[in-house]
Amino acid sequence: MSGFRKNVWPVLVVVAVIIALWYAFAVVLNSNWAYDKAKRGGYELTFTELVADTWTQKKPRLPTPDQIGEELWKSTGARIIKKWDRTEGKPFWERIAKVAGDPRNLLRHVWLTLSATMLGFVFGTGLGILLAVGIVHNKAMNNSVMPWVITSQTIPILALAPMIIVVLNSIGVSGLVPKSIISAYLSFFPVVVGMVKGLRSPDAMQLDQMRTWSGNKSQVFWKLRLPSSVPYLFTSLKIGVAASLVGAIVGELTISQNGGLGARMLQGSYVGTTILIWAALIAAATLAAVLVSIVGQTETVVKKRMGFVK
Amino acid sequence: MIDEMKNDVVIKAEKLSLTFETNDGPVHALKDVDLTIKKGEFVSFIGPSGCGKTTFLRVLADLEQPTGGSVTVNGMTPREARLKRAYGFVFQAAGLYPWRTIAGNIKLPLEIMGVPRSEHDARVKEVLELVHLTGFENKFPWQLSGGMQQRASIARALSFHADILLMDEPFGALDEIVRDHLNEQLLELWARTNKTIGFVTHSIPEAAYLSTKIVVMSPRPGRVTEVIETTLPRERPLEIRETQEFLNLSNRIRDALRAGHDDA
Amino acid sequence: MMLVIAALFVWAIGWGINIWIARQKPGRWQSIVSAAIFGITLILMWELIVRGLEVSPVILPPPSMIFHAFVTNKMTLLLDFYQTFVWGALTGYAIGCSAAFLTALAIDRSDFLKRGLLPVGNFVAALPIIGMAPILVMWFGFGWESKAAVVVIMIFFPMLVNTVQGLSATDSIQNDMMRTYSATYWQSMFKMRLIAAAPFIFNGLKISSTLALIGAIVAEFFGSPIFGMGFRISTGAGRLELDLVWAEIVVAAIAGSAFYGLVALGERAATFWHPSMRKQR
Repeated sequence: MSGFRKNVWPVLVVVAVIIALWYAFAVVLNSNWAYDKAKRGGYELTFTELVADTWTQKKPRLPTPDQIGEELWKSTGARIIKKWDRTEGKPFWERIAKVAGDPRNLLRHVWLTLSATMLGFVFGTGLGILLAVGIVHNKAMNNSVMPWVITSQTIPILALAPMIIVVLNSIGVSGLVPKSIISAYLSFFPVVVGMVKGLRSPDAMQLDQMRTWSGNKSQVFWKLRLPSSVPYLFTSLKIGVAASLVGAIVGELTISQNGGLGARMLQGSYVGTTILIWAALIAAATLAAVLVSIVGQTETVVKKRMGFVK
Repeated sequence: MIDEMKNDVVIKAEKLSLTFETNDGPVHALKDVDLTIKKGEFVSFIGPSGCGKTTFLRVLADLEQPTGGSVTVNGMTPREARLKRAYGFVFQAAGLYPWRTIAGNIKLPLEIMGVPRSEHDARVKEVLELVHLTGFENKFPWQLSGGMQQRASIARALSFHADILLMDEPFGALDEIVRDHLNEQLLELWARTNKTIGFVTHSIPEAAYLSTKIVVMSPRPGRVTEVIETTLPRERPLEIRETQEFLNLSNRIRDALRAGHDDA
Repeated sequence: MMLVIAALFVWAIGWGINIWIARQKPGRWQSIVSAAIFGITLILMWELIVRGLEVSPVILPPPSMIFHAFVTNKMTLLLDFYQTFVWGALTGYAIGCSAAFLTALAIDRSDFLKRGLLPVGNFVAALPIIGMAPILVMWFGFGWESKAAVVVIMIFFPMLVNTVQGLSATDSIQNDMMRTYSATYWQSMFKMRLIAAAPFIFNGLKISSTLALIGAIVAEFFGSPIFGMGFRISTGAGRLELDLVWAEIVVAAIAGSAFYGLVALGERAATFWHPSMRKQR
């Protein structure tokens, strides 16, 4: 109970305040439209009517959380039920395929974004670890490559995204791969930096100890450097997976015909339906939270097994 | 006669108790501590860890709140004494601000207490001389050795001319040789300034060498088991530690510590 | 083909020099020279391979062409830089950082608010906030205001979390010390806690400096006047004017690292006393 009051309760209160502010802002931001409508209709708005109107507009400037929730249900669960019912009488697998292939289902877009993110994340992380191993073991590589890796952290590499998509498209590569490439290079740099730090984290005493046992380079690597780098790796992975998702979404903004959450956002911004954008945004936020917490949970388990935490 | 004695009393604790509530139940850090400290005394608190010696000092400094009994500092509550800046406190670590020079660190309490700026430099000069650090005004703390840092921290506690100096294992982290040296300097400083000093330590020779009164404490619950008045003269060269008198005193402290340990 | 072989030759020479440098006594310039040689080698190889394999400039223009585009479009690039960096990124950076800093100060006295806002802040900091860009463009229009708004919400939470962490960076001895001096809240704030918080605050400022430029550029992908770095990059890519796009990316890279470098310089001056900075003195 005391843990709840100390840790969970304040968060709940803050979240409640944010939601309350949200509704208040919805009234403020959407009131213009309501007043306009009233003026054109030639009637006066009481405060209750104003609130009721601003919370239920079709194309509000700021949709309320319940409108977004409704849209989320309509574009996910409701669509699945609809498709399922419509294909009644057809073979089971065909029905599943129809449901999964529904282009207006938000979950399908979540899946498209997720697959691009994961593909890029896995490649980016793998390459990042390899480069880090090279940098740690080769002084010339450390001298020449490391400064560029560090500098690249300070420049907006996301700006390259549209070009990568367009160029790859023009040489016939499209679909998942271009987005994944952006995801990959966004997760690549944090992983290199973190892994280099991690592989170098054993202190002089631990390295000297290895020397007294005449451990060779690969033994030092597998038995000392790599295990010591694990906490650093997970820190980078958490940054990396979030960056990968951002990369995939920005990629989808540039080439929206393949779908994905970024494409939904863009679509919403073209037709001026903020509810659509917010729904995609909430989906993206949930996806990010799930991905980061999966990495976080893995981290807890691995660290516990390896004895980094009690 | 009685009035005169009363005026002499600087710190008076009666039935002082402090209980911490923890998840494993209450911990009696202090239980029914009675103690009187007179002006100009050098009182050491000694005992194993958990005996409440540091807690007692922190209660005097109004850093912990007692849960029972009473305590006065200069006849006031600890809180009033703190607001009147009645004491200087030296912690286990020097706790100097790395972004201020030694002079800047010593001026810090003066700035907070609103001592006129024109006096600052004179105060810095005065206290640095007391701790033999003249010439290090413009060094940063991290450019100094651990012993020098602790001396600077003592200088900082002296800078606002409080009559009482409370020291919580100030030399605990230093090596033996530096420690001897600082002990000698501390006695010299005490003789020159005639301050009342409360000194927490876990070293028997240190307590015996420095104090006029040694308060032996024991844990679970934290309490005073014996108060030993020194038999040594006020003038104490380092060599005094080889005399029979010193050894006898040390043995008395050791016995008192053991007695407290046995019935715990 | 000759050019490709030349490229490989350049690579061999560059790498050879770097290996030789690595074997020398370590010195201050070793890494800088080495990195410069590596960079130059890459650019030369890029030029030679693109020309040697006759890669179309709509796929990858050679560096010389990018440089040419850079020089001939100076004024365009400057205008774009001004719009995106000075108006979008810098304004947003200033507003976002000061808002987060003041919020951190405001919630400092309330343990309850800190407990409530920190987890929320950490959560939000990991979200793809950049997705808010289309909404903010709808709210604030195509001008720089919407870009600044995107920057503000991107950097607010990372900056808030860092500042709050920084304000609790003082150890118990330092806090007790202030108490024994009977220092007031604001005395201990100005004389101790804000200074001790500087390394964390600067960490937030550094993270935000990178996010600010990213936010301002990506927000322009969603709508902008007919200039701005993000506008040029997205339309340039669409029109296959890749030399101009690359020139714009060069500007972004220089602006980004210069901005970061400036903040890092400020950090070095303000936190000279911190253990991580002392070695460099």
